[in-house]
Amino acid sequence: MCGIAGILNFKTPEDKIPLLSSMLASLQHRGPDSAGIFTQGPAGLGSVRLSIIDLSGGNQPIHNEDKSIWLVFNGEIFNYPELRTLLISMGHQFYTQTDTEVLVHLYESFGTGMFAHLNGQFAFALWDTRTRALLLGRDRLGIRPLFYHLHHQRLIFGSEIKALFADKTISRELDSQSLSDIFCCWAPVGKATAFKNIFQLPPGHYARFSSQGLSIHQYWEIPGPVQETKKSTDQWVEELNELIIDAVRIRLRADVPVAAYLSGGLDSTYITALVKRHFNNRLKTFSVGFSDPAYDESHFQKKAVNFLGTDHQETSCSHGDIGEIFPEVIFHAETPLLRTAPAPLMHLARQVKRSGLKVILTGEGADEIFAGYNIFKEDKVLRFWAKFPESQIRPRLLEKLYPYIFSQNNARATKYLETFFKKGMDHLDSPTASHRTRWENTSHTHTFFSKDFLSTPFNLEHFIQRFIPFLPDGFMARDPLSRAQYIEQKTFLPNYLLSSQGDRMSMAGSIEGRYPFLDHRVVEFAATLPPHLKINGMTEKYILKKAAGNKVPRKIINRPKQPYRAPISPAFLGTPRQEYVRLLLSETAMNETGYFDFKKTTRLVEKCRHQNGALLSERENMALVGILSTQLLHDLFIRHQPQKNQISSQKITITQNKETPVHVPHTQGNHSKIHCG
Amino acid sequence: MSHTPKATIRKFIVDNFLFGETGDLKDNTSFLEEGIIDSTGVLELIDFLEETFQISIADDEIIPENLDSLDNLEKFLSRSTINS
Repeated sequence: MCGIAGILNFKTPEDKIPLLSSMLASLQHRGPDSAGIFTQGPAGLGSVRLSIIDLSGGNQPIHNEDKSIWLVFNGEIFNYPELRTLLISMGHQFYTQTDTEVLVHLYESFGTGMFAHLNGQFAFALWDTRTRALLLGRDRLGIRPLFYHLHHQRLIFGSEIKALFADKTISRELDSQSLSDIFCCWAPVGKATAFKNIFQLPPGHYARFSSQGLSIHQYWEIPGPVQETKKSTDQWVEELNELIIDAVRIRLRADVPVAAYLSGGLDSTYITALVKRHFNNRLKTFSVGFSDPAYDESHFQKKAVNFLGTDHQETSCSHGDIGEIFPEVIFHAETPLLRTAPAPLMHLARQVKRSGLKVILTGEGADEIFAGYNIFKEDKVLRFWAKFPESQIRPRLLEKLYPYIFSQNNARATKYLETFFKKGMDHLDSPTASHRTRWENTSHTHTFFSKDFLSTPFNLEHFIQRFIPFLPDGFMARDPLSRAQYIEQKTFLPNYLLSSQGDRMSMAGSIEGRYPFLDHRVVEFAATLPPHLKINGMTEKYILKKAAGNKVPRKIINRPKQPYRAPISPAFLGTPRQEYVRLLLSETAMNETGYFDFKKTTRLVEKCRHQNGALLSERENMALVGILSTQLLHDLFIRHQPQKNQISSQKITITQNKETPVHVPHTQGNHSKIHCG
Repeated sequence: MSHTPKATIRKFIVDNFLFGETGDLKDNTSFLEEGIIDSTGVLELIDFLEETFQISIADDEIIPENLDSLDNLEKFLSRSTINS
């Protein structure tokens, strides 16, 4: 696991080493073990490395046999031993044992056709001296990040946005359209980020940059479901078990020990059970609990540990812990957040690091690919209810779906709550029907934006019209569940879950997360499943529960789905008081940034204080976190230069190559192996 | 300054759900349609009505026809007050 950075300047000569050193310094948490820089002509590449495979021999940048191709790489290629064997049989010569090196040779043999061969989580930059072109690539699901800024013929890129801001010529400004989108669907849409003129390379895409400019291409898409199948449920289950076991097997490849997270839910317990059963009987596991019992899942975590018999460590997170580390969470997440759930994961990653471990397996992704979230069942209930809108029985399914909303006091308001959900019934023909209620509910947070910052009131229809072009051809031919899952896998998964809760929080503790459910073979398998094997009746993740069978305690398989959440308003406005909250929500600070209406925000805070640091409403909690995290983002990235560390120049290995003019035909697509002596 | 029940409720809605912004809140504005009150906000409204007007609202009265606009609330309240 690493951080990468680079500068490509086709316009003017530039001494890239000082800036690359600063960029790498800002990424040091991603790679504390070593650093390397390569420059040649218009290109400068840099890497910081967390050594996991070939600990002593894998320093980057890595090159091919004749040093005509140079590469910096963040992530893991899990099938690298198989690829290495293939490439050696094709005549390639390796000088390291790393997975990184397979990329340069794959590129030599397959050009951009290389991506089809990769099973991994990665972002890389490859400089081809023969074509004077840069190739940027990112994994299919967006597990590893890659950001860039383009100005005229100069491209600057990095694993995190703070690396780009090491270049003081780049203006640091929040993008109003992105903020508007985040306060609706939790993340910017498409390649946008929270910052103006800073973009991400979308998951499943590669980019080419040369003197001709930048072009971006998609190389992978989530497949649609298979229309007809004669496979029995047992056959599907067997196939899934085999696939996941293999996905776990190749994710255990490392020259350091691999541990696992246990959340107390089905997904991580199942992954841990597979490791214990098939690969490592002395597995270390970790979990985070909450001192607030409303969020705590320790009971189920203990059940899993007792059943599996792992060497387990738990850590606990209080309201105060969340409030205290939240500024650091935003420093790493680099985006406004509407929830605090990333904070405990940063807390946990640091606990893992203190235990001397670097790699952790988790159950992320199962809820998206096997339809675990309530948003999928809500869509199903609405469609069922819409067939007989006057039914008194059908809407009662909502109570089963949201027991925590309909429970206790709320049971009184059942009819009223049903009407709240029924609104979604009017839009079931829309491609985005499944997400409409969530987006609409979240977008009420818009009322806190100041009119100077967002002059036009939010309009959900306009947002949906901008969103629809991102959907693939033939989208409406997919079944409603597949449509809902597609939207979730393209928005929430990469741009929120895998970034704000995944990569950025684990890397804040210099820990690498690995996600067996996000092996692309598992994702493709899940996408082709018939809907009833994902949600059967009202049972979510049906096939996964079948596969988990006797490998996971029944009580964990059958427990009601509990979304992973963390306390919100008590973390900021409860006890102890967080001084930064007072400062950032002060009239001076809010007028200086100008994003939000100070008076309305103050009323929100007062309402919260009045209720002893607890807000009742979901959307009020989201507004509070959204406002506070945006103010923090401004303070950390705009008011101040987001640079924490310096990096000692002795720590960086620098390779400076002179350009030698070699004439080779310009190649765009696949090309055969160029024989290297 | 009016202190009719409707004015009292309007002030509560504006203070508590709109955070001071009157906006387009009309007497017949649907709280649900306009998203003024969400799924948990209705409980705050019920607490407020019961405390302020010293009434007790039955579960089967918690329906949009009674609670979903200032007009509906005014009618509901006058019925509740008469019946209590």
